[in-house]
Amino acid sequence: MRTPLFVLIWLLISAAVLAAAIALDNDYIFFAGYVVLQYVVLGTAWNILGGYCGYVNFGSAAFFALGAYSSVAIYRFVTDNEFYNLPIPVLMLIGGIVSGIVGFGMGYLTLRLRGAFFAIATLALAVVLQTLVVNWDYVGGSRGAYIIRPEQIAPIGNYIRYLFLMMMLLAVAAITIARLIEHSRLGYGFASIRDDELAAEASGVPTLRLKLIATTLSGVLMGMAGAPFPYYIGYLQPSSTFGLDYAVNSIAMPLIGGTTSWVGPLIGALLLGSLQQIATVTISSAVNLLIVGFLLVIFVIIAPNGIVGLIHTYLQRKPEDFVGRRRIEAEMPGRVP
Amino acid sequence: MVFSFDLFINAVVSGILIGGFYAAVTSGVSLSFGILDIVNIAHPAFIILGSYLAYIANATLGVDPMLAAIVMMPVFYVLGSGIYQIYYISFEKRGQESLRGLAFFFGLLFITEVTLVLYFGVDYRYVEAPYIGPSWHVAMLDIPLRILAPCLVSLLMTAALQIFLTRSFLGRAIMAVAQDQLALRLMAVDPIKIKRIAFGISIATASLAGAFLIIIQPVEPSVGREYIGRIFAICVLGGMGSLPGTVIAAMLLGIVESLTSTFYGPSWAPAVSFGFLLLTLAVRPAGLLGR
Repeated sequence: MRTPLFVLIWLLISAAVLAAAIALDNDYIFFAGYVVLQYVVLGTAWNILGGYCGYVNFGSAAFFALGAYSSVAIYRFVTDNEFYNLPIPVLMLIGGIVSGIVGFGMGYLTLRLRGAFFAIATLALAVVLQTLVVNWDYVGGSRGAYIIRPEQIAPIGNYIRYLFLMMMLLAVAAITIARLIEHSRLGYGFASIRDDELAAEASGVPTLRLKLIATTLSGVLMGMAGAPFPYYIGYLQPSSTFGLDYAVNSIAMPLIGGTTSWVGPLIGALLLGSLQQIATVTISSAVNLLIVGFLLVIFVIIAPNGIVGLIHTYLQRKPEDFVGRRRIEAEMPGRVP
Repeated sequence: MVFSFDLFINAVVSGILIGGFYAAVTSGVSLSFGILDIVNIAHPAFIILGSYLAYIANATLGVDPMLAAIVMMPVFYVLGSGIYQIYYISFEKRGQESLRGLAFFFGLLFITEVTLVLYFGVDYRYVEAPYIGPSWHVAMLDIPLRILAPCLVSLLMTAALQIFLTRSFLGRAIMAVAQDQLALRLMAVDPIKIKRIAFGISIATASLAGAFLIIIQPVEPSVGREYIGRIFAICVLGGMGSLPGTVIAAMLLGIVESLTSTFYGPSWAPAVSFGFLLLTLAVRPAGLLGR
């Protein structure tokens, strides 16, 4: 499928979802849907580095929070100086750039070494950025920051619907980028790094440059997903913005969905995201995080290729295989692997 | 700010004492990450688990937390061996330790933390023992016993571990498994068994480290997260698997952190370890006493 057609189809699907949500006329759908879409972006962004290159980023929360706190800083600056407030897409762009720069810097320092160092550095990054934010009074410090969300916005009306629409467009952009990468030189380069970095390096693949591209791109998308968050939540607090739940979700969703293609994170995020929205309402938010943790551990042990991998093996299973297996088992019991 | 010599010396001494405690926290990771090459990022979660078990023993039976932790060490050893067995079968054998193995440990970290939150809540817990509270005053120094006691026991434990690794047959086999598994197999030793034992020992140290932690400071489930950066910064700076290096690096980090919190405020201390980690990775990835 050509990319313009792919984008068109997803825009049509998005329009259909939006129309259905508007027809139901329940703002909760927009609130819940926003979070699910945010996870589609985070999962896809994580997968560009984690799934395609094989480098684990535990700092999704840090990159997400970078985007969110750049919006808060801009909001403070704008309200203090009585300027006109910047529109959400511009905030997304700024959040993405800030996050991308940090991703690049982190990658530059740690990606030349073994993969584990990068993972550990990202894990520590969240703690350090949290320390910085807690000590930075301009963005609220440890008390947190309030953002007054406008009630209405001109063509769309309700502001939460506007945020939902923005996040939906970002999600379409994210999966389009992921799909573009997959079928390009870049994607093959990424895959060669994932499968055997030494061999890739020996065959002339510029591994460090490719890894830096992946880290930066992934950071940009996570930052963009974070930028509108203060407007969504209204009150931003360091301990919840840097919480482990963003990190665990953006890792669990691609790994449960399947890491080899753009479909995996999408399926994982839609499934887990909706499940969590339901579980938060019906059970409790701590229990639903526990469910995600257990699902993550079970999936990485039992189904290494996620749901997409399971479907793939199911479709490729031929009936005669079963007959053959039974026959072998009848002749030589216990010999079937 | 007026530079005060008293303050400076006290900060250095308390940094050294805290560093002794950091050595205990890190020695487990030096064993698993440094020697066995298993990136166990869930180690802090096991330490917190150790803290809570020490807390339960202390609150219900009134046992000394360190004694309780030593009694619990075999349980942690078994837990560690079991986890290594799962890790080996699911990831090492399939060659997927880099991505899915890491995610597995991350999942363990997360599950432990959330379970502790669900069970104990997010209240701070603390233990009671005769050495918590009083402190020694030597000249201008002020040495709280609640830090001195864990520091001494910790150094004792690290020294015992070092003697075990360099003198005993099993310890030497553990060092050998890091260098050449095939050669070890030719000596009729099962490398998987050795690694299982070593990983069990590494988790067993977390039991005692957890008791130290709850003696030094009140503990709640997410405290462990602050230690991830510290532990790995010390491990890398010390030279990946060198226990003497770990002790030196732990004291160094302890001193710098203590100076930072004395002169700039305690809220900046967590950033220090990250600076150490990045600096080490950028300048000398082999660490201080790296091979």
